Amino acid sequence: MDVTPLDDKEVRRIAALAHLALTDDEVQLFGRQLGEILQYVRQVQAEPTDGVAPMSHVGRDQSGERTDDVQPSLDKAAALGNAPDAAREAGYFKVPRVIG
Amino acid sequence: MIERLGPVVSARDAVARGERTAEAVTRDALAAIARHEPVLNAYTAVGAEAALAQAAAIDRARAAGESLGPLAGVPIAVKDNICTRGLPTTAASKVLRGFVPPYDATVVEKLTAAGAVVIGKTNCDEFAMGSSTENSSYGPSANPWDPTRTPGGSSGGSAVAVASRTVPASLGSDTGGSIRQPASFCGIVGLKPTYGRVSRYGLLAFASSLDQIGPFTITADDAAAVLAVIAGADTHDATSAQVPAPAASAASRDVRGLRIGVPRAFITGVDAAVARAFDDALAAWRDLGATIVDVDLPHSSLAIPVYYLIATAEASSNLARYDGVRYGARTALAPTDSLRTMYERTRDEGFGAEVKRRIMLGTYVLSAGYYDAYYLKAQQVRAKLRDAYAGVLADVDVIATPTAPTAAFPLGEKVADPLQMYLADIFTVSANLVGVPAISLPCGFSPEGLPIGCQLTGRMWAEDTLVRAGAALQSTTDWHLQAPRLS
Repeated sequence: MDVTPLDDKEVRRIAALAHLALTDDEVQLFGRQLGEILQYVRQVQAEPTDGVAPMSHVGRDQSGERTDDVQPSLDKAAALGNAPDAAREAGYFKVPRVIG
Repeated sequence: MIERLGPVVSARDAVARGERTAEAVTRDALAAIARHEPVLNAYTAVGAEAALAQAAAIDRARAAGESLGPLAGVPIAVKDNICTRGLPTTAASKVLRGFVPPYDATVVEKLTAAGAVVIGKTNCDEFAMGSSTENSSYGPSANPWDPTRTPGGSSGGSAVAVASRTVPASLGSDTGGSIRQPASFCGIVGLKPTYGRVSRYGLLAFASSLDQIGPFTITADDAAAVLAVIAGADTHDATSAQVPAPAASAASRDVRGLRIGVPRAFITGVDAAVARAFDDALAAWRDLGATIVDVDLPHSSLAIPVYYLIATAEASSNLARYDGVRYGARTALAPTDSLRTMYERTRDEGFGAEVKRRIMLGTYVLSAGYYDAYYLKAQQVRAKLRDAYAGVLADVDVIATPTAPTAAFPLGEKVADPLQMYLADIFTVSANLVGVPAISLPCGFSPEGLPIGCQLTGRMWAEDTLVRAGAALQSTTDWHLQAPRLS
C-alpha cells in the first residue's frame, strides 16, 4: 500500500493540541502510522450522506430535571488523596507557577 | 440434555444452602489465582484481605438467618478500568500509577450489595485500547489454551480469569468488542449489554457513546444472573436508561420459530475453522427449531473506519483529564518547568504508544479543517448503519456472525501493525456503534485446539433473547464445558 505519511510539522501540530511532548522517534513513527490509518478510514468519504442527520449517541433523550436536593459528594481529603502534589490542609491541588 | 449449572449459580446455591461457606469459596479462588498468575498474568491487583472479610460477613449473615443477595458468596474479578474503593485502579496505564479510587463504580456497588465478593482487578489493554491485552503496562496476559497466544482484548485479563476457572465470573468493558472478542479467544461467554443498560459511573471513559460494562461467564444463564445485578438506571449516569430489568436466567431454552439472520456477504475472509464452527452453531440452532435466513447488512464494511474515527475522537477528549494534576503520575519537574511542560511530559511518559496514537488520531479528526470530512462524516455513516440494523432486526430476532475472523493469534503478531489489529474487530464494532446488545458464545475449536466464538446481536433491550438462544445452544453442545488444561 502506497501511503503518504503525515509530515513532521503536522504531527507536531497535532501533538501540541493534544498536550503530548513526542520524541523525534515518535514523530516519525506516528507520522507513518497515522498516514496509513487515515488512508484506510478515508473510505467513509465515498459513502453518500446528503441529508443524513449525524448520530452523536445512541441514547433516547430522556434526561429530565432532578429535584434540587443536596446529595453527598467526595470530601476534600478524599478528593485530594490521590494528587501528586497538594496543599492538603488548605485544600488545593498544586501545579507549577502559572502567572509571572 | 448437556446443560450443567454454571459456576456462578453453583457457587451461589452452595453458599445459600450451607453446603459451602463463602469464605471457603473465596479461599479456593485466591489459591487458584496464586497458582496460575505466574503463567497467565490475568490480575493487576488482588484484594485478598478485603475479599475474605466480605466473605466472612456473608457467612455471618447466613448464620444469623438474614436473607442473602442473588450473588452471595460468588467471587468476581473486575477489569482494571472500573473503580474499586481501596483497590488500585489504573486501566493498565502508567499515567494512573498509584491511583486508589475513593469510591466504587456503580456496578461494583451493585455487585457488593448482591453479596458478590470482589476479589481483584484484571489486566487489560491500556484504557481498553487494543485487541490483545498487549498494550498493558503490566505486560500481556496469556491465553490459558496456549500461553504463547493472546487472550484477546481489551478485557483479556477478565476473560482469562474466568476461562482458567479462578473465578466464576468477571466484568469487562466493551467499546468495540472488548468483551466479546476475548470471550471468543478464551472459550467462554461474553455479553455486551444494550447501550444504557448498565451504568458507566466509575468506568474510566474511553469512548462515552460506545462504552458498556458487561459480564464474562461460562454459561449464558450465568451471564444473565450477573447482568440482572449490574443493570439499571443510575442518577450518576444520565445515559443509563429507565427500562424493565432483564431476567436473571433464561426464561426458556425454546428457540422454535426464532429467526436468525446471517449476513453471508459480510462473513468473508474468515479462517476455515471459524467458518466451520460457525456453521455448526447455526446447525445446532436449526435442529432446535430456529429458522436461519440470509440477510443483507448494508454499510457494515464501513463499520471499522467509522468506529476508529468516532472512538478516537471521543478518546482524545476523555483522556485530556490525565494531566498530572489530580491523580496518578506526574513527571519530575525542575523549578523552572512550566505548567504546559508538566502536562506534555506527564502525558508522554504516562501513556503507551497505542493510547498516544489514538489521542493523536482523535485530535486530528476533530481539528479545524478536518472535522467535517472525518468526524461529522463518520457520524452520518453511523446513522445509516443504525438504520440498516433496525431494518434487519425488524425482520429477524437476532443476527449471527462469527465473533472474530480468527482464533487467538500469537502474542507479538500484530503489535507493530495497528491497522491489522483494528481489522480484527470487524464483526464486533457495529453493535457498539448501533447500541444493540451482543453476546459471544463458544461454538467449537480450531485444529490447534483453540476456542472459537459465535456472536449473536439482538434488538435494543433484548438481552433475554440472546440469553435464551445461548442457553438453547448450551443445552445441546458442550463447547462451553471444555476447560483449558493448566499445570
